[in-house]
Amino acid sequence: MTAAPTTNVPPNRGSAAARTRIQNIVLTTVTYLIAIAFLFPLVWMMMAAFKTEAQAFAAPPVFAFTPILDNFQRALPSYFPALLNSLTAAVGSTILAFLLGLPAAFALAVYPTKRAQNTLTWMLSTKMMPAVGVIVPLFLLYKNLGLLDTRTGLILMYTTMNLPLVVWMMHSYMTEIPYAIYEAAKIDGATVSQEFFRIALPLSMPGVSATALLCLIFAWNEVFFALNLTTSDAAPLSVYIGSFKTSMGLFWAQLSAAATLTVLPVLIFGWVAQRQLVRGLSLGAVK
Amino acid sequence: MTVAQNLTATSPPAPRQRFRFTPAALIWPAMLYLILTTQVPFFMTLYYSLFRYNLVDPTNRPFVGLGNYISLLTDPQNLRIVLNTLVLAGGTLAVTLILGGSLAMLLNRNFPGRALLRTLMISSFLVMPIVTAVVWKNMLLNPVFGFFSWVVSSLGGVPVDWLAQYPMASVIAMIAWEWTPFAMLILLTGLQSLPEDQLEAVRLDGASPWQEFRYVVMPHWTQAIQVVVLMETIALLQVYGEIYGSTSGGPGVATTNLPYFIYQKAFAEYNIGLASAAGVLTVILTNVLAVYLLRMINRTLAHNKGD
Repeated sequence: MTAAPTTNVPPNRGSAAARTRIQNIVLTTVTYLIAIAFLFPLVWMMMAAFKTEAQAFAAPPVFAFTPILDNFQRALPSYFPALLNSLTAAVGSTILAFLLGLPAAFALAVYPTKRAQNTLTWMLSTKMMPAVGVIVPLFLLYKNLGLLDTRTGLILMYTTMNLPLVVWMMHSYMTEIPYAIYEAAKIDGATVSQEFFRIALPLSMPGVSATALLCLIFAWNEVFFALNLTTSDAAPLSVYIGSFKTSMGLFWAQLSAAATLTVLPVLIFGWVAQRQLVRGLSLGAVK
Repeated sequence: MTVAQNLTATSPPAPRQRFRFTPAALIWPAMLYLILTTQVPFFMTLYYSLFRYNLVDPTNRPFVGLGNYISLLTDPQNLRIVLNTLVLAGGTLAVTLILGGSLAMLLNRNFPGRALLRTLMISSFLVMPIVTAVVWKNMLLNPVFGFFSWVVSSLGGVPVDWLAQYPMASVIAMIAWEWTPFAMLILLTGLQSLPEDQLEAVRLDGASPWQEFRYVVMPHWTQAIQVVVLMETIALLQVYGEIYGSTSGGPGVATTNLPYFIYQKAFAEYNIGLASAAGVLTVILTNVLAVYLLRMINRTLAHNKGD
């Protein structure tokens, strides 16, 4: 055997340790530098929210300034209606997606058949349907049904977007519940609804909150349906921010204040739920 | 006919009992909802794509068969749009894999502030795409007042009009900024499930860092990488908000991808027929790529199980 004896201390151990330490310091510094560069656009935006318009627009850029709150004050009147629409659409669609998705996930998890697997795959495959493949008839249908520019219209589409996620994720959490628990309940004469409300739902509560959080984030950030199915009355935050693209684009400070208010709730949600985020984003493939 | 009748006649009468939740009854509402909101509209898209149909003159709607597809596929400008779609998705995917992978390896070490950094690093993925677009376009990429121009000119260079001179690269940079945290998060989780003793073992055997990466990390990482590739491909073929908020597809058609093209045809030109045909083509493209990638993943999974 030519394997080096591991008990022997190599002669250059001291310098090797020093080299490792230097290497570590360098790598850590690099990590921090990349992180700062990555966070910069966001920090820059949030800084501009507290500047005057002149400071936000200044070239060369202003780094030191006295923070003001005027921009938030000016953004709020137009921000609130959009916030209300975003909240309604996000919460409404999440609730509807759970009402439809939880029973399905439960049935697929507790009665796993070959067909159940196919159903799951099919549901996931609807996520591969690009929104542009359905937008034209949806737009015409919405127009005829009076759903254009309504919150109901948004809720219906966001439910479509999140329903496969709910079924897939909740199925993944519910299959983690040991099957013996269900069997024991069956022997005790539990009905299907008892199995659902007494076992599956309580035991997969962490999954419910993680999945709901993801649904809320996706609905909140959605742009395509929002821009093409709403104009003013039901316009959520994405449409509101989009309006800064042209007419209001020159008010950088006000834009930054509105954008900060728009991204902050999602940032906080995401930071808190980051562990569950991985599982949700990879649809359970990576845990 | 008679067989079916006999069957129904001989089968026992359904037991009269209280309505009970059968598994099928629990699954159907969700399935029905998805069928109604995805399959049905898609078949309507397919139907519209066979007509010359413009909302400006909705009563005149002649059947043109594959006419819309032919005019889509024979216009050389449209080839550019398909190419843009693929370059945008492929370019962003490549950047996010390399950057996200490097970041995952950097964050997979022990150093002070690691947990905080990991949490903060996901931020750009959580930002609403249209916020990204509007903020990048105005505050970072503006040729006169943008931050990047200031950086370039303070380094002695000539300020660049990024979105006019390098439209596709700028848009890719912007979208890669959003998606790198996604790749990083999945790849980091993949790395963390690599048992430490495996690495120790090859290090003791005197493996170089490259060998360690090539023969231990990479095989273990394959599944996470494939998940990133699949999920990002599906999402990036549908990029819309970032383009709407920044370049509006321009200059010319330099950053127009299929979703943005369809939006223009349907909602600016009211050309429902042509937009529908382009929608059908996008669905086909997405599904072909996704099915191909899924097959690849399943092969790797089967291979790994066989080990």
